[in-house]
Amino acid sequence: MNSRSDIAIECVGVEYAVNGSRPLLSDLNLSVNRNEVVVLLGRSGSGKTTTLKLINRLLTPTRGQVLVAGKSTLEWDPIRLRRGIGYAVQDVGLFPHYTVEKNVALIPRAEGWEPERIRDRVTEMLTLVGLPYEQYAQRYPHQLSGGQRQRVGLARALASNPPILLMDEPFGALDPLTRAELQREFTQLRKRLGTTVVFVTHDVSEALLLGDRIALLENGKNLGVFTREEFLVSSEEHIRAYLETYRLGSQSLEK
Amino acid sequence: MPFFDFVLKHRMEIATLTLEHLRLVLWAMAFALAIGLPLGVLLSRHRKLRGVVLGANNIVQTIPSLALFGLLLPMPWLGARADRLTITALALYALLPIVRNTYTGVSGVDPTILEVATGMGLTPRQVLWQVEVPLATPVILGGVRVAAVITIGVATIAAAIGAGGLGEFIFRGLAMVDNNVILAGAIPAALMALAADGAIGLLQRSLQRPRR
Repeated sequence: MNSRSDIAIECVGVEYAVNGSRPLLSDLNLSVNRNEVVVLLGRSGSGKTTTLKLINRLLTPTRGQVLVAGKSTLEWDPIRLRRGIGYAVQDVGLFPHYTVEKNVALIPRAEGWEPERIRDRVTEMLTLVGLPYEQYAQRYPHQLSGGQRQRVGLARALASNPPILLMDEPFGALDPLTRAELQREFTQLRKRLGTTVVFVTHDVSEALLLGDRIALLENGKNLGVFTREEFLVSSEEHIRAYLETYRLGSQSLEK
Repeated sequence: MPFFDFVLKHRMEIATLTLEHLRLVLWAMAFALAIGLPLGVLLSRHRKLRGVVLGANNIVQTIPSLALFGLLLPMPWLGARADRLTITALALYALLPIVRNTYTGVSGVDPTILEVATGMGLTPRQVLWQVEVPLATPVILGGVRVAAVITIGVATIAAAIGAGGLGEFIFRGLAMVDNNVILAGAIPAALMALAADGAIGLLQRSLQRPRR
C-alpha cells in the first residue's frame, strides 16, 4: 500500500449526473500515484473525459469526492487548483489570436512571472517539444500543422511546470506517423519531467505504450486498474475484447 | 446660385452644423457602446434574457424616428433639452446592432478554447478580456459600423426638434424649396456616414485574422 502522500489524485465513490438523468459516472474509484501515468481507456461515452473534468473541477461530482493532493476539489480555490494542473485536449484549443509564444506563456503570465523568466521558459518549452523558438515563436496557430499545434498545446500545458498533467486524447486527431512520433517523444519527455499524468484514450495500443497503469472505464464505472503486464494476460471480458482488436490489427499487417 | 458658390458662401455655417451633427452622433454612440457592449456580454451569459432584451430593442427600431422624438418629448428630464432628447433617441437606435453583434460575437467563440482557457486556470475575467473580447471584436465592430451609419442618418431629424446638426439645412431647404440648401445638409451627412463606414470597416479588416 502507498502512503497517503504518494497519492496525487484520488476519486472516492464519485458519481456525476446532469440534473437527475442517468449518471455519466457512478461509484468511480481511482487513485493515481505521484509521478505515474494512468491511462483511462474506454469507448466513447464511458466517462473518461468526464473524469478528467472532475479532476480540474470543470465539473463537480454529484456524489463522492475527488481529492487532489489530499484535498477535495471543492475545498480548493478552483483557479489555484487548475494552475497546478496542465490540460491538453484533442482540439488543442490554442488561442487563434495569440502567437505561439503568447499561447505558451499564458499561465506564466497569468501567474505574474517576470518577462525574462517567461521568455526563458517559453524557449525551454518550445525546445522541449521540438519547435525551435526562433522559427516558431512568432507564428500563429493557423500557420502550424496539426502535429505542431498539438506540440504547442503540450508546451503550453507544461509551461508553469504543473505537478499534474491531464491529457484528453491529445494525439487522437493526428495522422498515424505524427501520432507515433509524438507518442515516442511524450514518453521521453515524461521520463525527464516526472509529472503525474492522467491520459485519456480509446486506443488500446496507445494505452499500452504510454500507461504505467491502465484504468478500464465502461459505462461510467471503473472496471479495474491494471499494469501493462496484468492487462496483457487478463481474462477480463472487456480487456479480451480490446486485446482482440489490437492483435487483429497487427496480424492483418503481418499477412 | 450654383451649388459650389452656395457652399463657399455658407462654409462657416456648414462647418458649424457638421460639428454639431458630429457631437450628437459621438455622444449617442458613446452611450450606446457603454450600455450595449456590457449588455451584449450579459446576454451571452444569461441566454434567457436574450428574447426580452433583443425583442425590446427590435420594437424601438420599428418606431419611426420622428415618432420616437415625439414620444420622448414629454419625458420630464429628457424633454427639457433638445440635444439631450436627440442623443437619447439616437442611442436607442444604435443600441440594437451593438447589443446583437456583441452577443453573437461572444457566443460564437469556439467552446473548446473557452474550456481549455478555464481548465488551465484563467479567471472568468481573464477569459473575457483575453479570449472572448478579442475573438468577438470583428463581429462587434460590424455592429458598431451599422450603428454609426444609422445614427449619422437619423441625426438629421434632430433639427425638427431644434437640436441642430446638418438636418437644419435639409429642413430649411425643404421649406424654401431650394435644392442647394438641402444638398448643403445632405451631402456632408452622407460623406460623414461613408467615412465612418469606411474607417470602421478598415479597422475591422485589420483585426480579422485568418481562422484555422
